[in-house]
Amino acid sequence: MDLGPYAAFIVGAYSVAILIVAALIAWVLIDQRRQRQLLSDLESRGITRRSGRSPERHL
Amino acid sequence: MPLIDLANPTRFLTLSGRILPWLSAATLIVFAYGIVQVIGAPNDYQQGATAKIMYIHVPAAWLSMFIWGTMSIAALGTLVWRHPLADVAAKAAAPIGAALTLQCLITGSLWGRPMWGTYWVWDGRLTSVLVLFLMYLGVLALWRTIEEPARAARAVAVLTLVGALNLPIIKFSVDWWSTLHQPASVLRLGAPAMHSSILTPLLVMGLAFFLLFFTLHLAAMRNEIMRRRVRTLMLMQADAAAGH
Repeated sequence: MDLGPYAAFIVGAYSVAILIVAALIAWVLIDQRRQRQLLSDLESRGITRRSGRSPERHL
Repeated sequence: MPLIDLANPTRFLTLSGRILPWLSAATLIVFAYGIVQVIGAPNDYQQGATAKIMYIHVPAAWLSMFIWGTMSIAALGTLVWRHPLADVAAKAAAPIGAALTLQCLITGSLWGRPMWGTYWVWDGRLTSVLVLFLMYLGVLALWRTIEEPARAARAVAVLTLVGALNLPIIKFSVDWWSTLHQPASVLRLGAPAMHSSILTPLLVMGLAFFLLFFTLHLAAMRNEIMRRRVRTLMLMQADAAAGH
């Protein structure tokens, strides 16, 4: 595919887009792993949510 | 299932857990199809291959505004119904919106240099999008500044609704002022001003980016719910340690 005289700008723009999308996906996956680990650590120490609390106000 | 049931965080986690794999797969498939379309799309008769930047610039621009619109609806949920899931939706959307607005600004700048002869001009469209990006950063900073989630959500909701005034300014800036940025070509009254061989790949890439947003947003909302549960458990642990 011939990108013409401005190929560097086109490749640069697509590289930035790929980097940003990859960073967003990595952020979500790393955060998910961290939160799951924290939750399971707390629950393994016997700390669980109190029953009777409304899930609407206390997520 | 009544819509209000989805607002229960536990039910939301169950349902979103079922939807996410399908949504991720759909995003991947549409992106793959979109990239094939972009590679096969003809060059623009004036701009040549440089117009291919449009396929990543325009969807990012659409989403930068759509995500702020989503946050504004969530802000109403926070202020009117005081529902924590609305807070969660707003908080999870903000980093995605900021990142895609940055993508819009950088790719636009890289498109502008060969076409306009400059990376940046202070015209109505570019400046109002830069203001949107700064507002995203402001929202992210505000979430981090106030520790108590419900209080932070109310402050962010007010800022978000004030910031929503910028959306019509971005959209109509190219009509109201003389700008270097071109006027609307797709989302305008009447038919889109581009040939179907260029419009179709653009719409497919637009759909792919919207699916990406929905996927990332659902996943980030699930993370935020877990983060709040961790916070609640840690507070309970601290309470227990203090003997309350």
